[in-house]
Amino acid sequence: MYSSEAQSDSELYEEAHVHKVYEQIASHFSSTRYKPWPIVERFLKDLPDGSVGLDVGCGNGKYLAVNPNVFIIASDRSNNLVKIATKHQPHTAIVADNLTLPHPNASFDFAVSIAVIHHLSTPDRRIQAVAAILSILRPSIKGQGGGSQNNGGKTLIYVWALEQEHSRRGWKEGDEQDVMVPWVMKQKPTAESSEESKTFNRYYHLYRQGELEHDIAEAGGLVLESGYEKDNWWAIAIRKPG
Amino acid sequence: MKILTVNFLTCAVKACKTSPLSFPLHFRDAELEQSDIGYNPSFLRNILPRVDWEALKVTATELGFTTVPSEKPNLDPAPSNTDLPAPETAMETSEPDVADEKVMRDLHTLLLETEVREGKMVCGNCGHEYKIKEGIANFLLPSHLGR
Repeated sequence: MYSSEAQSDSELYEEAHVHKVYEQIASHFSSTRYKPWPIVERFLKDLPDGSVGLDVGCGNGKYLAVNPNVFIIASDRSNNLVKIATKHQPHTAIVADNLTLPHPNASFDFAVSIAVIHHLSTPDRRIQAVAAILSILRPSIKGQGGGSQNNGGKTLIYVWALEQEHSRRGWKEGDEQDVMVPWVMKQKPTAESSEESKTFNRYYHLYRQGELEHDIAEAGGLVLESGYEKDNWWAIAIRKPG
Repeated sequence: MKILTVNFLTCAVKACKTSPLSFPLHFRDAELEQSDIGYNPSFLRNILPRVDWEALKVTATELGFTTVPSEKPNLDPAPSNTDLPAPETAMETSEPDVADEKVMRDLHTLLLETEVREGKMVCGNCGHEYKIKEGIANFLLPSHLGR
């Protein structure tokens, strides 16, 4: 599919421009991330009691507080964020890569991956990330509607949108989709440094309209519902029945 | 990391997932710690149908727990928020059985309150070791295994 050299280049790139950044900004980042987004909240609250699922790229685990009647195995690349996420009972958090998830195939009722896949730096890797999520979901049975309780596991995926003219970033259709986004961390001046803030740049791929649905289809998924909410594209999908 | 988690983990190496040897992962040098988590019988009843009992027995034995019943206890599911019809027996038993209660308490302690603080989990197929440090299991693979 791709040369291992190219693959390892993108791994190194993401290590420097995504993973290392989150590891350093973990606690500041976490203090700004506490309010669940409405569509994610609804998805998690609507799950039947006793459902078992994943939060892939859980960050500080803010979505683990939404529904205590399901069991969520949350994972993130950042050890420092996982440390914060482990405090949400009865759930659990581990350090894992979203391209090599350490879970049995075809086993889970649901998975959410909120603001995560946009950090992967090539189209192939973004599609692989969706495929990795789909592979752990219980398969869908042909002929049954997506809303049925007896149907397969489902996933909710959120990514940052290119079309956000009214946000403070101001990106719009036609703009460059692969961007570096600064995270400014304010700090108290110390004896060693008089600087009052430090800037970290994170890599993002900004999704244009229809791109998330395209990636899900490429990865073998079937989109049940999708939309745009506050500068993000989202989609709910199952494994394509068949 | 709590013991219930282990029931939903396998080797991160793609080729191992199709091998029955990769599940469950096997503990080595595990240091345990008891935490205190609020007892929630309906959570347990609802989650129990999803637990692979044979795998749980392997895990429990490796960690020195001897109280796990040889068969999965047949407990009625808790009243549900879904439209699924409840089994008729659930309607009839309003008082929880004392023996059930003991089994549930033991399972709560094992599955939710027992934490592995330090140690390793090993894949029975490829032998790769995943470390647990300060209660956090790390499944990142060296790049040559991550393809």
